[in-house]
Amino acid sequence: MFLSYIWLIPLFPAVGAALMFFFGRRLQKSTVSAVCVGSVVLAFLLACGAVWQYTQWAAANDHRPYEKILYTWLGTDTGHLNFLKSDGTQAPLQADAGFLLDPLSSIWLLFVTGVGMLIHIYSTGYMAHEGGYYRFFGYLNLFMFSMLTLILANNYVLMFVGWEGVGLCSYLLIGFYFHRKSATDAGNKAFIVNRIGDAGFLLGMFFIAWYMGSLRFIDVTAAARSGHFAIGDPIITAATLLLFVGACGKSAQIPLYVWLPDAMEGPTPVSALIHAATMVTAGVYMVARSNALFVLAPTSMKTVAIVGALTAIFAASIGLVQNDIKRVLAYSTVSQLGYMFLALGVGAFSAAVFHVFTHAFFKALLFLGAGAVIHSMSGEQDMRNMGDLAHRIPITYRTMLVATLAIAGIPPFAGFFSKDEILWQTWASEGGAYRILWYVGYATALMTAFYMFRLIYLTFFGKPRMSHEVEHHIHECPHSMALPLLVLAVCSLSAGWLSWPASLGGSARFERFLDPVFNKEAQVLVEEGKAKQLAAGEKEAEHTSPIEYGLMFLSVAAAGVGWFMARRAYANADKGYAEPIAVGAPAVYNVLLNKYYVDEGYDYVFTGRRKIGNVRLGALGLGEASSWFDTHVIDGVVNGAGWITRLTATFSSWWDKWIIDGIGVNGPAILARMLSYPARLFEWGLVQWYALVMTAGLVGFVFYYVYH
Amino acid sequence: MDAMLHITTLHYLVLGAALFLLGVIGVLTRRNVVIVLMSIELILNAVNLNLVAFSRYWQGIHGAGALHGQVFAIFVITDAAAEAAVGLGILIAFFRNKETVNVDEVNLLKW
Repeated sequence: MFLSYIWLIPLFPAVGAALMFFFGRRLQKSTVSAVCVGSVVLAFLLACGAVWQYTQWAAANDHRPYEKILYTWLGTDTGHLNFLKSDGTQAPLQADAGFLLDPLSSIWLLFVTGVGMLIHIYSTGYMAHEGGYYRFFGYLNLFMFSMLTLILANNYVLMFVGWEGVGLCSYLLIGFYFHRKSATDAGNKAFIVNRIGDAGFLLGMFFIAWYMGSLRFIDVTAAARSGHFAIGDPIITAATLLLFVGACGKSAQIPLYVWLPDAMEGPTPVSALIHAATMVTAGVYMVARSNALFVLAPTSMKTVAIVGALTAIFAASIGLVQNDIKRVLAYSTVSQLGYMFLALGVGAFSAAVFHVFTHAFFKALLFLGAGAVIHSMSGEQDMRNMGDLAHRIPITYRTMLVATLAIAGIPPFAGFFSKDEILWQTWASEGGAYRILWYVGYATALMTAFYMFRLIYLTFFGKPRMSHEVEHHIHECPHSMALPLLVLAVCSLSAGWLSWPASLGGSARFERFLDPVFNKEAQVLVEEGKAKQLAAGEKEAEHTSPIEYGLMFLSVAAAGVGWFMARRAYANADKGYAEPIAVGAPAVYNVLLNKYYVDEGYDYVFTGRRKIGNVRLGALGLGEASSWFDTHVIDGVVNGAGWITRLTATFSSWWDKWIIDGIGVNGPAILARMLSYPARLFEWGLVQWYALVMTAGLVGFVFYYVYH
Repeated sequence: MDAMLHITTLHYLVLGAALFLLGVIGVLTRRNVVIVLMSIELILNAVNLNLVAFSRYWQGIHGAGALHGQVFAIFVITDAAAEAAVGLGILIAFFRNKETVNVDEVNLLKW
């Protein structure tokens, strides 16, 4: 009964959002909380029921995905909206309001509604004293609706609707404090950067429709797995690369990651929900959803892996020196997303999904913890002004410590299992030059441990560095905030156990659960013998080898080393403490502190807010160039045309006046008047003179006839 | 032949020619429009005389029924009456505008 009602899951938050939109202003805060939190709780319960029922249904139905189509939303069944496919045949353009439940969407569904519910509860405490309470919760519910639409969509078009919806909510919530210019700027930045990615997503969709004739996931996957398309097919490569551009925008990968650190301008629960746990993983979801296509395009896979690895280490290195507690976490998120794409790129789809899953818990927890710290510090976000909070806000400290241990990859916390899986799959996927990806991932793990423990030590240990006034106000967060922290801490500890690796005597249930979604690829690739990457599943069985234990030990060691280094540098930080990197390599420190000057570079090259010498490039430069072109060339042509028209008109007028009128028209008239002048002399108007002439004439005639 | 001169058609024609000549001279020489109109009457009556004379002459050849000329003369008399009425009307309108009845003081009839 739950299964056929999965369409209700996104509907609950949609109703909540609609109520806030129409009546929110008039409602009490308690009513707003009840409606908005309640809608997400209902969605979560229904999601749990649906997933539970799906697992039973799937066991009896060959692990097929469950599809529930409400109605055809775009196009018609009779195919009035046809388009020309690449093979010259007609295909109907059709998109359903349809919902797809399979292991992949089940996992997303559970953690999005689960984490979303906890963050809604947390927000009732965090936002209690803020203005625009109903607006905030309306946006959050709208976000839940969009995200669930994105997850449950059974075709790319509906997914894109959700995709745009979450982008909109992200924009609205980043700019929630709209009276701050930096917040609205950050919102705009997020929106515009995401547009670039969305353009790629759209183009990728067009390619898929043109090539496969359908945008339904089931059809596309079936077509991709039919063996009809060769591995390395250029159109599929192009389509997947374009899809990946979309994923780069949404999931903050190089070069489109720049919006995510700025998105921290939004309220902290938003950072936790949208910009850490759920929305930014939509790109991973989309790539995982398109896994059948990506597997056919090794070039795209390699691109994904390389971009992911680069993003991971790049963002982690920036995170090493940031002082704003939320920015450290933002760069950490970018870096972890890089890990996920690295896993996707090497074909370890289930490892990527697993990391998304565990990351959702510990990163949401970190952000909520940071929010609790900021809350207790009266809004202070700079870690240089914190310190010695561990015993003052013990719940926050302990839960954040759990999350830090998880993200650093210390067993048996969740992050250890997922990160280790990714690193192992990276190592096992391909040899040769691609092994460098593992080194990059390993270095990132070291950095992650360092910057996370740096955050812990600077925030919770050392000497108190805040002002007395702030120190006086420090208080533990209310229950509504503490409860989600505790629940998430439990999840951060235990979520990893779902996929206890086989090498440690586990059964990797998480992976087995996802096998129906990803399994086929492994077979295709093995049969084709093209890419060894996906043989990892089998390899794991063969390779419960010393190497895996060695790597496992190395990554734990990296986490330990990072922890140790952070402890040595920051455990006793007092006012004006020294950054070890700034002491050791000031140049490197400056580059990292300024985020590799990427924003500045983008301002030079893409936005044109900065000039190179006297030359302005980018959008503003294009605007200036267009303006110059308009004033000088277009207007010149226009004015030139006008000048020529005026000149010819002047000449034409002169010609008309003097030649046509003068000679042609008036000339004959003047001539006639001149010639007629003698005749006029006869006529002087005296009637008797006329009579005399007439008489004389008559007499003349008579004489003529008589005497002739 | 009687001592008394027998009046023939020729006599009438001579008299008509004389009357006509008098009329023409009057029209051409007199300045007063009223006199000019009277002179025109003279001309018309000279014509009437000729018509009647020829009608008489015609009866002598074709019998008493040949009255065409006399009928025509009656038409001319009617015409003369109408012409005099219109002419005097014009004259009055003319006088109102110009305060004169002299022909030589008006030279509008040109071009």
